[in-house]
Amino acid sequence: MREKILSVLEKNARISVHDLAILLGEDEVEVANCIGDMEAENVICGYHTLINWDGTSEEKVTALIEVKVTPQRGMGFDKIAERIYQYSEVHAVYLMSGAFDFTVIIEGKTMRGVAQFVSDKLAPMDEVLSTATHFVLKKYKDHGTILVSKPHDERMLVTP
Amino acid sequence: MRNPLADKVIDIKPSGIRKFFDIVSEMKDAISLGVGEPDFDTPWHIREEGIYSLEKGKTFYTSNSGLKELKQEISNYLERRINVKYDPNHEIMVTVGGSEAIDLAMRAMLNPGEEVLIPQPCYVSYLPCCQLADGVPVFINLKEENQFRLTKQELLDAVTDKTKILVLAFPNNPTGAVMSREDLMDIAEVCIEKDIFVISDEIYSELTYSGEHVSIASLPGMRERTVVINGFSKAYAMTGWRLGYAAAPELILSQMLKIHQFAIMCAPTTSQYAAVVAMRDGDPDVAKMRESYNQRRRYVVTRLRDMGLDCFEPYGAFYVFPSIKRFNMSSEEFATKLLQTQKVAVVPGTAFGDCGEGFLRISYAYSLENLKIALDRIEVFVKGLEA
Repeated sequence: MREKILSVLEKNARISVHDLAILLGEDEVEVANCIGDMEAENVICGYHTLINWDGTSEEKVTALIEVKVTPQRGMGFDKIAERIYQYSEVHAVYLMSGAFDFTVIIEGKTMRGVAQFVSDKLAPMDEVLSTATHFVLKKYKDHGTILVSKPHDERMLVTP
Repeated sequence: MRNPLADKVIDIKPSGIRKFFDIVSEMKDAISLGVGEPDFDTPWHIREEGIYSLEKGKTFYTSNSGLKELKQEISNYLERRINVKYDPNHEIMVTVGGSEAIDLAMRAMLNPGEEVLIPQPCYVSYLPCCQLADGVPVFINLKEENQFRLTKQELLDAVTDKTKILVLAFPNNPTGAVMSREDLMDIAEVCIEKDIFVISDEIYSELTYSGEHVSIASLPGMRERTVVINGFSKAYAMTGWRLGYAAAPELILSQMLKIHQFAIMCAPTTSQYAAVVAMRDGDPDVAKMRESYNQRRRYVVTRLRDMGLDCFEPYGAFYVFPSIKRFNMSSEEFATKLLQTQKVAVVPGTAFGDCGEGFLRISYAYSLENLKIALDRIEVFVKGLEA
């Protein structure tokens, strides 16, 4: 049941427990309990809204930064990641396979702000060997949702 | 000038759906729950294969019966899903939608005056196809108390010595009814005893929500007397690609192919290339869409029941078929008033045969948000009738 609940909530966090129970053909109380458990266990970590900021007057820039580090004895990658993800500007941190170690996604108000974060905070860290910053120019699709166009129902209104 | 027309064509009644479509299309900002096709786009990897085939210049005719690879994939699929083996070279043909296959089967099998049993309510094309093939349609009126399944007794009551074909269409459009293995075994028994052939239209087979779909062709003694019809429209959301297929013993299929060869030549090549990929890699897409339909199905049935409409639980296709008998109006009247006052389009049950009177077909091939708005409006309408 957990996976089924999550697959619905992932796409629509605002659905009521009542409707969710109907969709899944499960008991409402059980669904509520299950969601409660998953919140407690940090399986469900929050309920966010997917926003296409390009459609607002708010200025925002997103940058994807490739970070190479040297893991220190006794503190591995996790400790370094922690030092990075504590910053509120940091939107996401992933440990990567391949040519670099971390992908760090930063959201800021201006390019300069992001650049400053990289040069003042990220790059000077002892463990960080190098960074490569890529600014996002346009978001086409995010969280499985296409941002640039709204689907339009082109079917005929009544068909057999 | 002489009458340029054939009497048997003039005698065919225009589709009841068409009439309703004309009313709906006049109406601006109507929400429709009247569509008989998936709301999903064809999965991208399937579309992409169609595009790729065009880029490669694969724009020629295929063989009459269809691309070899596709027939092989269909054969694999039928073995995997309904547990019946068909020889891809002689027992499978690719058609322009399931609709063409229905027409071909009737034309290949019927002699003038032979009777075709058509359980109703049903899809709109069995009757005209039967008429055009000079068959005599005999309706069996399915009942709500049997969840719109065909029973052995109903079948026996309709059989005469002229009966040649039984049309079986489960999961059913418009009722959403399905037939279990046990139900089909009863029917198969009669078919064998009375020497009746079956046209089994299984176009909604992948949209079954109560266990596995069972094909009557998989029952003992039935493969040799069944034409299985299926296609890509519903399962893979490929309606506009116009692609279906028929699987039948060579004796029947070779004659169907003859008609197809002269009337159609071959099914669209681009669609056939795309369909190869659909059959080979499409199972996860189908599973995902099925789960989504199933969620909406539960939602729509619950909402309709909560607002006091009698609604049997449909376990297939993407339709709900609630009864409106207690409001003392005809289906058409109900649907027209609902459209005029609340701007929601549903299809009157009578569009699928006279015994659809007292019912509506509501399609749930819509996003949940859409269904919610439409059902809210239907609820307002129903409350208004009760007041």
